[in-house]
Amino acid sequence: MKITTTLKKKLYSEMLRLRMIEERIAAIYHDANEMKTPTHLYTGQEAVAVGVANAMIEGDVVGASHRSHGMYIAKGGDLKAMMAELFGKETGCSKGWGGSMHLVDVRKGVMGSSSILGGTIPHAVGCALAFQIKDESRVAVSVFGDAAIEEGVFHESLNWASLKKLPVIFVCENNLYSTSTLLKDRQPPVKIFKRAESYGMQGIRVDGNDVVKVYEVVSEAIAGAREGRGPALIEAMTYRWREHVGPNYDYDLGYRTKAELGEWMAKCPVKKYVDLLSQEENESLIKRYAKEIDEAIEFARQSPFPREELMTNEVL
Amino acid sequence: MKYYDAIRDAQAVMMRNNKDVFICGLGVPDPKGVFGTTSGLIEEFGKKRVFDTPACENGTVGMLIGAAMQELRPIMVNQRVDFVLLALDQIINHASKWQIMFGGAQKIPIVIRVIVGKGWGQGPQHSQSMHALFSHIPGLKVVAPATPKDAKGLLISSIEDDAPVIFIEHRKLHNEEGDVPEGVYRTPIGKAEVLCEGGDVTIVAISQMVLEAKKAAKALQKDGVSCEIIDLRSLRPLDTSTVIESVKKTGRLVVADGDWRNCSVSGEIVAIAAENCHEHLKASPQRVTWPDIPVPTSVALEKAFYPTATDIYAKALKALGISKESVLVEEEKEEVFQGPF
Repeated sequence: MKITTTLKKKLYSEMLRLRMIEERIAAIYHDANEMKTPTHLYTGQEAVAVGVANAMIEGDVVGASHRSHGMYIAKGGDLKAMMAELFGKETGCSKGWGGSMHLVDVRKGVMGSSSILGGTIPHAVGCALAFQIKDESRVAVSVFGDAAIEEGVFHESLNWASLKKLPVIFVCENNLYSTSTLLKDRQPPVKIFKRAESYGMQGIRVDGNDVVKVYEVVSEAIAGAREGRGPALIEAMTYRWREHVGPNYDYDLGYRTKAELGEWMAKCPVKKYVDLLSQEENESLIKRYAKEIDEAIEFARQSPFPREELMTNEVL
Repeated sequence: MKYYDAIRDAQAVMMRNNKDVFICGLGVPDPKGVFGTTSGLIEEFGKKRVFDTPACENGTVGMLIGAAMQELRPIMVNQRVDFVLLALDQIINHASKWQIMFGGAQKIPIVIRVIVGKGWGQGPQHSQSMHALFSHIPGLKVVAPATPKDAKGLLISSIEDDAPVIFIEHRKLHNEEGDVPEGVYRTPIGKAEVLCEGGDVTIVAISQMVLEAKKAAKALQKDGVSCEIIDLRSLRPLDTSTVIESVKKTGRLVVADGDWRNCSVSGEIVAIAAENCHEHLKASPQRVTWPDIPVPTSVALEKAFYPTATDIYAKALKALGISKESVLVEEEKEEVFQGPF
């Protein structure tokens, strides 16, 4: 697969934008105290969402997890609507009913995300089932964390998807921790991508901090699914920089070390490709994104809260 | 037409009318066609729209949510409500909340057919009711038709509804015979039916207990008591106004609910009467329910466990303040049924 420099630059720029969005949220989260929603930041994992989203084409859909900002933004979800959602405003993508963990942008193929581990894995399979029933050449992607594979629904979903050869790709973002519980305390020493074998599908492990590699692997899997070759499981190795939920670093808690964080920061997915652009180009991008984020926050601040009258409707 | 055939007919009519409707579940295309309720569907609509599933209730409901996101209208069939308890995560955490949690961005029009049963030694894990559990959840609709006409009418309304609907069918009703309108026929969700008007006591009944209520009313009529029977039909949303209106008229209430008593729909009906009809009530509301223990298996224990028309009769007399030796209301005939369900 040939990856053009133009594409590489696009991937890099999108990661930079995503990083800046998340870091800005971290910066104002407590100080402003305006976002009263449990927020699971994506900092450090940008290469996965951006690589996956770029491997998808129009019409493809994705179902994501509680750490939902990454896929939402990478897939083209509206930034202002996300920010307003974090502020609990009526103009939010979920009109203030969802918050950080429940983002949606149907037009962009971002199905609603769930805060229940593994919750949207079968949804992606169901979307793929619908594509198969309707004879549509579309693909669904499910993105979830390493702990989600411990849930029964993960196995139910892989079993069904493989049985019916459905056009769905499973992407596991393995960031090594479930809140503060280590992978080795939750799973036997079997690599996650190897689980694919027991469902008769291809399993691939990829460096989840290298956006180009993620893009390549996911593109190939999606192409196969689109041609009717069925699902695949991709394990992207990555690392969450900040605490499980909230804006801080948490190495002081003791479940992981500052040295370990340092090792992963040295493998920063954004920095990896920073040299694709000149210093001036980078500076101009940073300026542009900062302005866009300023505007989104201002939009969220100025937006009205949802009206109480809407609470009387059991179902909208 | 029999109740099971009315269900089959509703599905066939809707699948003919709308190519987005499909049906699946463990055993759907099997030779027995889930008690006859899915017979012939695969022949008419093909295996793309009528198919078996692996044994994964939670995954299946999740997949149907996904299919509904892509504008299909799935029907899931479950041979026992007990199996669906494995899917409570996708039903309660996901399906029920999806529409409101995303500000209306996505609708989840799925129908989850669940079969409940009783008798023939099915025991603690094969004869629970569970309608109270589902009725507790905002965002779900719950219907429990008692007649073939409503089985068809409510199933069609459920398929057309944009919310997830739990469609509860009692195994003991499957062979009930009744008139069923042809073609598309709708029973509105959220509307109870007054089966017979009366002035002395209101009997609110759910699902199979409607049949028992009818028998009890017949016996009470011989005693000169005029009963108003309400077939609740929908458990969520509840038709509170029909209940309130009736209780205000009769001043007496008996609720017959084939389910446990604690935190039940029967409790909810009594609460509605207490909150809205206090000054009209002439006696304490009465409930006919299961004892609050798991369903037993032995035929001898089953007999003691399940309330019948006789219990409804006795509670009605109690509400009326008539002390009289309780007569045995025409008991269910010993079934010709040879089992197993």
